[in-house]
Amino acid sequence: MNIAIASGKGGTGKTTLSVNLAALFAEERKIVLADLDVEEPNSGLFLQGDPVSEGVRYKYIPEWEESTCTLCGECQKVCNFHAVIQLASQIMIFPELCHSCYTCSELCPTDSLPMIPQRMGMLKHSKDGMIDFVESRLDIGQEQAVPLIAQTIEYLGEHFGENTIKLFDSPPGTACPVIEVIKNADFVILVTEPTPFGFHDLKLAVETVKELKKPAAVVINRYGSGPADEIIEFCHTSDIAVLASIPNNRRIAELYSGGELIYTKVPEVRTELEKIKNHILKQWK
Amino acid sequence: MEIGANDIKEIVVISGKGGTGKTSIAASFGYLSGDDVIMADCDVDAADLHLLMKPDFAYSEDFYSGELAFIDSDKCTSCGECAEVCRFDAITLRNGSYAVDALNCEGCGYCTRICPASAISNIKQQVGRFYISSTRTGANMVHARLNIGADNSGKLVAKVKNETKRLAAAYGRKTIIVDGSPGVGCPVVSSLSGADLAVMVTEPTKAGLHDLKRIYELVQKFRIKAGCIINKYDLNPEISEQIRIFLRGNNIRELGAFPYDEKFTMAINQAKTIVEYDRSGLGRLIRACRETMHLMINEKQML
Amino acid sequence: MIVAFTSKGKGWGSMIDPRFGRTDYFLVYDESKDTLSAHDNRQIENEAHGAGPKTAQLLFKLEADVLITGNGPGGNAAAVLEKAGIKIFTGAQSFTVNEAYRAYQEEKLQEF
Repeated sequence: MNIAIASGKGGTGKTTLSVNLAALFAEERKIVLADLDVEEPNSGLFLQGDPVSEGVRYKYIPEWEESTCTLCGECQKVCNFHAVIQLASQIMIFPELCHSCYTCSELCPTDSLPMIPQRMGMLKHSKDGMIDFVESRLDIGQEQAVPLIAQTIEYLGEHFGENTIKLFDSPPGTACPVIEVIKNADFVILVTEPTPFGFHDLKLAVETVKELKKPAAVVINRYGSGPADEIIEFCHTSDIAVLASIPNNRRIAELYSGGELIYTKVPEVRTELEKIKNHILKQWK
Repeated sequence: MEIGANDIKEIVVISGKGGTGKTSIAASFGYLSGDDVIMADCDVDAADLHLLMKPDFAYSEDFYSGELAFIDSDKCTSCGECAEVCRFDAITLRNGSYAVDALNCEGCGYCTRICPASAISNIKQQVGRFYISSTRTGANMVHARLNIGADNSGKLVAKVKNETKRLAAAYGRKTIIVDGSPGVGCPVVSSLSGADLAVMVTEPTKAGLHDLKRIYELVQKFRIKAGCIINKYDLNPEISEQIRIFLRGNNIRELGAFPYDEKFTMAINQAKTIVEYDRSGLGRLIRACRETMHLMINEKQML
Repeated sequence: MIVAFTSKGKGWGSMIDPRFGRTDYFLVYDESKDTLSAHDNRQIENEAHGAGPKTAQLLFKLEADVLITGNGPGGNAAAVLEKAGIKIFTGAQSFTVNEAYRAYQEEKLQEF
């Protein structure tokens, strides 16, 4: 089962929840946590695992074959992304702008732009106690997160069986990267906080899961820091369950700041996480 | 001629990580400037500045970016070549005819170019809306809203910033305050482009420090003056010290350090800026911060 | 030498546009002929991605030898300009085109 943990807004506690939930599941289940926020992966700051494997991830980009090129200019004409530019008698290629659509390569009349692998980031797989942890990181300057996210999800499918719970720590926002994650999820947990910002961005996140027709539930983080009535009412009318409410206190914020697990030290948090866990296990049966 | 266009100073508030208080701080700076400022919300993915500034959405227009393939079913002969060349699995056979899945289509135009029946065209994609408003503080504000699943390209951010500059010049405003995009990708690059000062908001958490370093790499690339605000500095004194060591090592000015204070959230819950809600506590700190910021901006640029 | 400026307007009195890829205009000064011409680049607003290389290509077509700008181009654009052999001078954002040209002659601008 693939479970995505997402939120419209950044900083709502997505990563904290992912890491703590993974540790709780690991007490009795096979679990893998994947940090799919490939632009800013942060889960790894909370886990100290032993490396299992590590590898460079590639995307395919065209490479200019000068000897056969007739400089007809077709490649730069067909590239919608300005990733191929002709300068006098030279063809320049900009890997970060390339979407790997193969148009220039396959429409080149002299086959002078073969597609070759090019590094876009790294995938690391490690194990911290009973938690398998997979993290992908996009190289700085690379603009497209989606291909790396897709490859990471593929890696999970190849290395873990049906009975392993796969937790996806999603990127923030409602743009393509988060869509790619949610598309591949069976169930989505939306993390919010009881502030006007949290509520506003929750509405966007709910719109997203509805558009993709995915079952979802809400977890309210920093519960008590403001009135949650509106959020609860909204979830009710949207037919989305509120699974848990994690209290707001300074002790939790301090544990988080040092990168420590929270539920093992704060019993109320454990109680709330148990509710999420039970809901998910019930869904699965 | 554009008189003194470059007398306008642009301050961009950014933070790699979400939830550090970036928007609240940007709104406070805006509030303190009264109507003598233009505000810009470049966090178009999860735009929240309007919740504090209460803009009137007076002017709006559709925003187009990128393209999307469209198959004219009357002309389509169902040969399937489009689906074959598409690398994004965006074209599927549905009830005997081919159709484009908008969420998968990258707009590369490959299918359009090779369709033997010329049944496919690339159409401009409406990805969001763009607004110019007056706000409750008297300042004008430029903001935008992206559709679900739309790609937050640098283009919408660039458009928001261009309009902001145009307004500032037209109304004779000297300051622009930008609520920057999160992350370190293309939209942040657009948020920073052309700025006079980058205010990096961070917090003393492992993630906060990590993302501060990433965002500073970017700021440095643009050679923009940079200052830093440490929010909730007393949450973890050890990491706060690490942040300060990083700032000193890179000659980044510490503009201010705010304590962990529930009033920060309480202000948001009343849809107020911190400077309105807590005039003497956090408000005083933010006012001091703003003064340092303006001093920094007016320091002569080294030639 | 042909000297190009990223600018906000079309004359010597216009301000330098600090941006490269999304500059409003290029002003091109041909030193040997003493002519100044303006090239509108504002249609670049319609490009979602790759504004830098596209603009750099335009500069190449204008046969510029030197570029005077504000912040300096990003990595992709800088690569095109380098291939095209165009020298880049930055830090002119608070100047008019006229002032920027003088600063360039007096070697006060930073070479990129």
